[in-house]
Amino acid sequence: MSTRLTTARPGTHFWQGNVACAEGALAAGCRFFAGYPITPANEISEWMSLRMPYLEGVCIQLEDEIASMGAVIGASWGGLKSMTATSGPGFSLMQENIGLAIMTETPCVVVDVQRVGPSTGQATKCAQGDIMQARWGTHGDHEIIALAPNSVQEMFDLTIKAFNLSEQYRMPVIILSDEIVSHLRERIDLPEHIEIAERREILQPPYFTSGNEFPKGMPPLGRGLAVSVTGSSHDSTGIRATSDPEIHRKLVEGLTSKIRRDRDKLADFEMTKVEDCSIGVISFGCTSRAVYDAIEIVAERGINVGHLRLRTIWPFPEEQVRELAEATSKVLVPEMNLGQLSLEVERVAPENTKIIPVNKIGGGLMFTPEEISSAMLQNVAR
Amino acid sequence: MRCLSHNFHFARNYLREEVLPSPFCSGCGCGTLANCFLKAIEETGHEDLKQFVFCSGIGCSSWIPSPHFKADTIHVTHGRSIPVALGIKLARPDLKVVVFGGDGDLVGIGLNHLIQAARRNLDVTVIMANNMIYGMTGGQIAPTTPLGVKTSTTPFGSFEYPLDVSRLVVASGASYVARWTTFHAMQLKEAIREGLAKEGLSFIEVITQCPAIFGRRLGMEDGRRMLHWFRENSVHISKAKDMDDKVLAGKIVVGEFVNVEKHGLLRNIDEMKKKVTRTEQA
Repeated sequence: MSTRLTTARPGTHFWQGNVACAEGALAAGCRFFAGYPITPANEISEWMSLRMPYLEGVCIQLEDEIASMGAVIGASWGGLKSMTATSGPGFSLMQENIGLAIMTETPCVVVDVQRVGPSTGQATKCAQGDIMQARWGTHGDHEIIALAPNSVQEMFDLTIKAFNLSEQYRMPVIILSDEIVSHLRERIDLPEHIEIAERREILQPPYFTSGNEFPKGMPPLGRGLAVSVTGSSHDSTGIRATSDPEIHRKLVEGLTSKIRRDRDKLADFEMTKVEDCSIGVISFGCTSRAVYDAIEIVAERGINVGHLRLRTIWPFPEEQVRELAEATSKVLVPEMNLGQLSLEVERVAPENTKIIPVNKIGGGLMFTPEEISSAMLQNVAR
Repeated sequence: MRCLSHNFHFARNYLREEVLPSPFCSGCGCGTLANCFLKAIEETGHEDLKQFVFCSGIGCSSWIPSPHFKADTIHVTHGRSIPVALGIKLARPDLKVVVFGGDGDLVGIGLNHLIQAARRNLDVTVIMANNMIYGMTGGQIAPTTPLGVKTSTTPFGSFEYPLDVSRLVVASGASYVARWTTFHAMQLKEAIREGLAKEGLSFIEVITQCPAIFGRRLGMEDGRRMLHWFRENSVHISKAKDMDDKVLAGKIVVGEFVNVEKHGLLRNIDEMKKKVTRTEQA
């Protein structure tokens, strides 16, 4: 990690979430952006198109999200930190090349500003329905990193973190924002210096993961290394090997274990008041903002709520969820979908935990604090 | 180390020895295309492929560079080689980026990217091996398959018209477009040389033989018979201009379709950036 001056003026700003995301990317060293117009992510590409020419970077609008994701992979191999931003329909189109980025171990950042689906749904309205798509949208066995900001500040901070993780683990990292957090305008404080993981060059194989062998950086193009990059199964030098069971097994083991073994290190969360609480809540993104208010409402009645707010959605912070579940035995999982994160909570919580999904298909309406507080009260009373 | 011995085929200077022999079927045109490309490289004085990045999608001809060329090669998803090449070129304008792909890859699943790259005049050379069929997957109909031809998914004959790809790329705005067949090895090599030197998008369509999957359905299971067919049916573009469509039906129009001086995407981006810095200074 190295320290770098932020590209934007340090100090206090009043920004929109999408702008904070774009500025976070630029601060992290992103110098290539490709995207396709889609609501509610447009402000990210618009902001990038204004800023990139001043920073010797490139921002280009391409013919679709498939091309955008492809170009991001190409630019990353060309040595530039790269990003694209989209929403559900575009995220669907990107899935194939997200798989390519995972397979070719290409660092890049994909922002998914979640909106109401399925299909075109409600383009301007908020939802949290892409949790499982972020995890399993692309085919085959793989792991992914997905971060969920809940404020304008975190749109900046977590975008920087996403770039750092993408370089460290050499893989795509997903920012799971949502329409509310992305379009929110609020105060943000920019530091003078930030911690950055710079691109590391390696000049000899292994260039790719195999088993427990994990490359320490990325081989640069144009230096006579004859780097072979392929989405087909390959060995640690990158040469295609599609009929060798052992090479494929070691490849997939490597691609998944590099994340699995660091699950705890990757878990970014906020855990509050876990001792002596009558009920626990697990939340993320815009929903967590209603949860904060709901906790205050029930506190007036003397009810203590343990709150685990996830910044890392994938890999799923299993230990932390288990800890909360053990402390509270009743866990409320509010989310703006029909129950995606709650399935994961069910998977890892001890058997005697009562898991209470609180689902809202808002059709554009966010959770109110009262909806969550009344769910808390109902379940504490029982 | 470059080897100049007479017993040593020149192309081996540019190939990964460890992956040879190639997996191409007997009689396939991919070898001829690789040979023509590497000859063009040698003749332009490149001792190695250090200055090149090759990008390819899915299909037999996508395997020409990956893994055979001793170069940086990026082998991507089906139809998406052009967007990836765009990303590479914009990040590394100092490198020559060359796309290899088949007709299924570049104008079946990936057609939009080709049109848009030609519209942008992206500074990349695209070489399309057109064998008129999906060869790797077993002979399904392609957007280039002639009307009436039986394929594994049109067992009673194709009921669609084939796409004239070169004319489409000309209309989309590329700097350079040429079409030759694998029979025209010398002309093909010259077209590749010309295309590599152009600013903007150069597109070279190579009508190539797939005797194993396509030819045998036409009674031409021998690659040589297909080459003969190419020779008999090719018409140079200078002659084709004065021929009407009925006479040209079933013919292969070859030659240089367009060759113009036109700013490429990179230069246009640079111009925009200059404007930005001028505004900043003012």
